[in-house]
Amino acid sequence: MTAGHPDALYVPGDSPVHRLPGEVKIVAVVLYVVTVVATPATEVAAFAGYAAPVAAVVIVSRLDPLPLARRALIEVPFLLLAVLLPFLSTGPRVEWLGLTLSEPGLWAAWNIVAKATLGVWAAVLLAATTDVTSLLTGLQRLRCPTVIVQIVTFMVRYVHVLLDEAHRMRIARLSRGDDPRFLWQVRATAAGFGALFLRAFERGERVYVAMLSRGYTGRMPVGAERPAARVREWAAGALLPATAVTIAVTATVA
Amino acid sequence: MLRVRGLTFDYPDGRRALDGVDLDVADGERVALLGPNGAGKTTLVLHLNGILTGRGHIEVDGVPVVRPRLAEIRQRVGVVFQDPDDQLFMPTVAADVGFGPANLGLTGEPLRRRVTEALEAVGMAAHADRPPHHLSFGQRRRVAVATVLAMRPRVLVLDEPSSNLDPAARRELAAILRGLRVTMLMVTHDLPYAWELCDRAVVLDAGRIAADGPIRDVLSDAPLLAAHRLELPYGYSVPPAT
Repeated sequence: MTAGHPDALYVPGDSPVHRLPGEVKIVAVVLYVVTVVATPATEVAAFAGYAAPVAAVVIVSRLDPLPLARRALIEVPFLLLAVLLPFLSTGPRVEWLGLTLSEPGLWAAWNIVAKATLGVWAAVLLAATTDVTSLLTGLQRLRCPTVIVQIVTFMVRYVHVLLDEAHRMRIARLSRGDDPRFLWQVRATAAGFGALFLRAFERGERVYVAMLSRGYTGRMPVGAERPAARVREWAAGALLPATAVTIAVTATVA
Repeated sequence: MLRVRGLTFDYPDGRRALDGVDLDVADGERVALLGPNGAGKTTLVLHLNGILTGRGHIEVDGVPVVRPRLAEIRQRVGVVFQDPDDQLFMPTVAADVGFGPANLGLTGEPLRRRVTEALEAVGMAAHADRPPHHLSFGQRRRVAVATVLAMRPRVLVLDEPSSNLDPAARRELAAILRGLRVTMLMVTHDLPYAWELCDRAVVLDAGRIAADGPIRDVLSDAPLLAAHRLELPYGYSVPPAT
């Protein structure tokens, strides 16, 4: 049940960060990332500064940094590319520990490493402190197109139902002597995907009929939602990007 | 309360699903709709709230089931479908129970009250903010009943309410259903469940009404049951009326 669970990234808690409405955190993270990305790679001190507010959020949200660090490892494949750049790029060379490295390559690598790490940490923190429902309500409040929000909502709701079905079908296949090694499994797996698609399609029809039965007319009702973010909450959320912007301005002006 | 006259419906492939069905259900009555698989039970249910439209005439609480009045009809007829995963599609239980009344135009405090009231009726108020996929199957079935109760229907239609429930969940649901003051049409082939909850039974087979009467008479008529592929569980019998 837990594999691919839509709430798998969320770490329940009751910190001030957890309590902030989704839309506030989404905007804060996006502005923070834009600020970080827009900073020239040569402003090394600024990047050190950017890490401070992220660390502060980790402390305030009372999350264990170790599991977060493990999740941040998702950027490793991108970093591998960055490691190659100093060897492959052209331009002036510098000597380091007997290696001849390209100077623009080194800057490009630093650029990727610094910006990707900060961005990934911001995103990991957003996911860990915001449950899926607040993320979706947040997107809706931020005027994200309704169709997109609805598609994501349905996906979140049904992904585990589909995974369960796929899991049951796989067990049924194994029980009838299917060989679970990769190449031998491809044929049965492909057929399974076809069957799964049909099941998903039929479920879609049944869900739609159930919605019609409760008066659905093609538009999601507004209904009772969580209250919209208050000014105080927006102000709290603004701390993250505001700190980043201050650092950026200070670094580029100085 | 419910009046069906000469309802006939053909599937797109030409097979006849319903063949001149006449059915009356009085206010407050609890009717079991029995029949083998493929008898047309679910097809009949989907006509009662205008999802499918066949030939014939249907009226709910005096309102004809016709396109311009579908919104009223769908408020009056609450259908609880067989698979709660089909019915519960919103991120939280409360949002899902609120979906129907919100479609009726309710917002804010009245909507919240309606949601709480419906969840309390099925004993699920403590789970309002949980996502449906964190609930057990029996709990999801109860929430599915709440999603329909929240619309304050005049007729509650349940499609196989006892299917896939473990014995305890089955008994809990029965207790909840018995406590509801609403006209009920229960589609099932779980005959003991029908016997427990309904006063009257209607047997549908091959799209026609094959029998209609007090549930004791129908369930004690062994030849009738056998003729329509209905069977009481081993060792179970309903004594005929004396």
